[in-house]
Amino acid sequence: MSTPNPSLPPVPPEPADKDIARQQMWRMTRRGFVRGAVAASGGGLGWWWLQSRSTDNGIPWPLRAIHRLNERLWGGAYSQGRLAPEFPPAMAAEPKPNGVYGWPDDTDPATWTLTVSQPEAVGRVFRLAHLVGHPRVEMTTELKCIEGWSQVVTWGGVRLADFLTAQGLGQRPGGDWYPYLSLSTPDSKYYVGIDIASALHPQTLLCDRMNGEPLPGKHGAPLRLVITVKYGIKNIKWLSTIRFQDERPADYWAERGYDWYSGL
Amino acid sequence: MNHLEHKHDRAVRYFHWVNAPLLAVMIWSGLLIYWAYDPYEIAIRGIVLVKFFPDWFYHHLDLKFGLATGMAYHFAFMWFFAVNGLLYIGYTAWSGHWRDLRPTRRTPIEAFHVVLHDLRLRKEPLPPGKFNAAQRLAYAGVVMMGAGSVISGLAIYKPTQLAWLTTLLGGYQAARLEHFALTVGYVLFFIVHIAQVIRAGWNNFRSMVTGYELIPVAQEATPHVHPKPEPAASAS
Ligand code: HEM
Repeated sequence: MSTPNPSLPPVPPEPADKDIARQQMWRMTRRGFVRGAVAASGGGLGWWWLQSRSTDNGIPWPLRAIHRLNERLWGGAYSQGRLAPEFPPAMAAEPKPNGVYGWPDDTDPATWTLTVSQPEAVGRVFRLAHLVGHPRVEMTTELKCIEGWSQVVTWGGVRLADFLTAQGLGQRPGGDWYPYLSLSTPDSKYYVGIDIASALHPQTLLCDRMNGEPLPGKHGAPLRLVITVKYGIKNIKWLSTIRFQDERPADYWAERGYDWYSGL
Repeated sequence: MNHLEHKHDRAVRYFHWVNAPLLAVMIWSGLLIYWAYDPYEIAIRGIVLVKFFPDWFYHHLDLKFGLATGMAYHFAFMWFFAVNGLLYIGYTAWSGHWRDLRPTRRTPIEAFHVVLHDLRLRKEPLPPGKFNAAQRLAYAGVVMMGAGSVISGLAIYKPTQLAWLTTLLGGYQAARLEHFALTVGYVLFFIVHIAQVIRAGWNNFRSMVTGYELIPVAQEATPHVHPKPEPAASAS
């Protein structure tokens, strides 16, 4: 694109076979284009290869593997101390109620149960009354939907970490935590898997209040999970069971092509 | 008679040609993601001038219902894009090539002259140099934009773990808009870039392939290959 230096004298026409530079240029150009064509074919072949791989839960397996790689990397860099920013409660509003999978008919807070189980132990059944007595948390944070929109919401509830620790749940006899939690609605129509580090994040709540009022039905009443280190899809509504396990739990959206980790 | 003049280092040519398809994959997968929530438009007093994007756009480019796929490609190819870009910036810093790209105090006015020159509104020849002022602005700008894409991308990729970065960019939705606007910027850059490449012609294009430009010399000058033929012969 640079203009040739205009002070150069005009070129007298030369027989092509005497112009060494021109010949050399021609060879280099040919070589460049041949290499370019080979590289482009290689790239095209790689692209075709990637797209024609068998799928692992909705996406070509190499992409699934890279999701796992990203998970290992960001999971390794993860820190419990890094918090989602909080906003003035005046900014809070109702988020779009996106998912309705697993919304049960009976959401009576008086009879709602949360069952927590772990390997080699009997499941324990809690009522909402069991949340009373744990320190209450109110936080105004931004819920981020995997679709790309977000909404500032004030959530009220109890830290999951506080609840689990106080109840002595989720740890092996030796004291180390089970690596995964599987959470689901009463009918198991919606279920998510969460890594223990994210579950123990200080902004991960068992939530029963939204914007200063009891949680509305379409937002998961009477009990949902709020987890600021994950996209909205992991903030399961109508939370009814929590199971600690060693294997990576099934996850509704991960089975439909999304990243299992979905960490923010 | 001509002689060969070295113009683009091999490393720069490799990074450049690797970048082009990577950026294409990033834009395509980015559009798959953007489709799931596409609020942006340019409007003046409520009159929409440009909508990002009308339905036919998604329809004809087959960009609908691909959020999960888009995220999978985006978060895979982001590594290649970022690494290639970092290597390019590293090489540019190390080799001194940044001096060819760095805009100076005179650059803005000279860039204006270049535009007038290109539009044939100004006759004076441009000052000699590898890149003219308009190119310096455009190239330095697009490299900064690349860095901006990676940074704003990180801000919306890990808005909790990297909350300081997200906040620095004005918040989650602001960072998403910045990330999107930069992409629009690439497309505009690309249109001008391609127009300029076509305008500058074959010899210039070839220099991005071979590294060398064919420069006419006076008849009486000794025919020579400059620099030595060895690097030229091994250049691709
Ligand atoms: C596939 C289409 C493309 C073609 C044919 C093309 C062609 C060229 C050519 C011929 C040059 C050398 C210009 C000169 O010497 O005056 C150049 C340089 C450059 N191009 Fe492109 N380009 C393409 C895509 C892109 C894209 C997508 C980007 C980035 C968004 C880009 C960024 C640049 C930059 C930054 C330079 C200067 C490189 C340096 O010297 O460090 N190009 N391109």
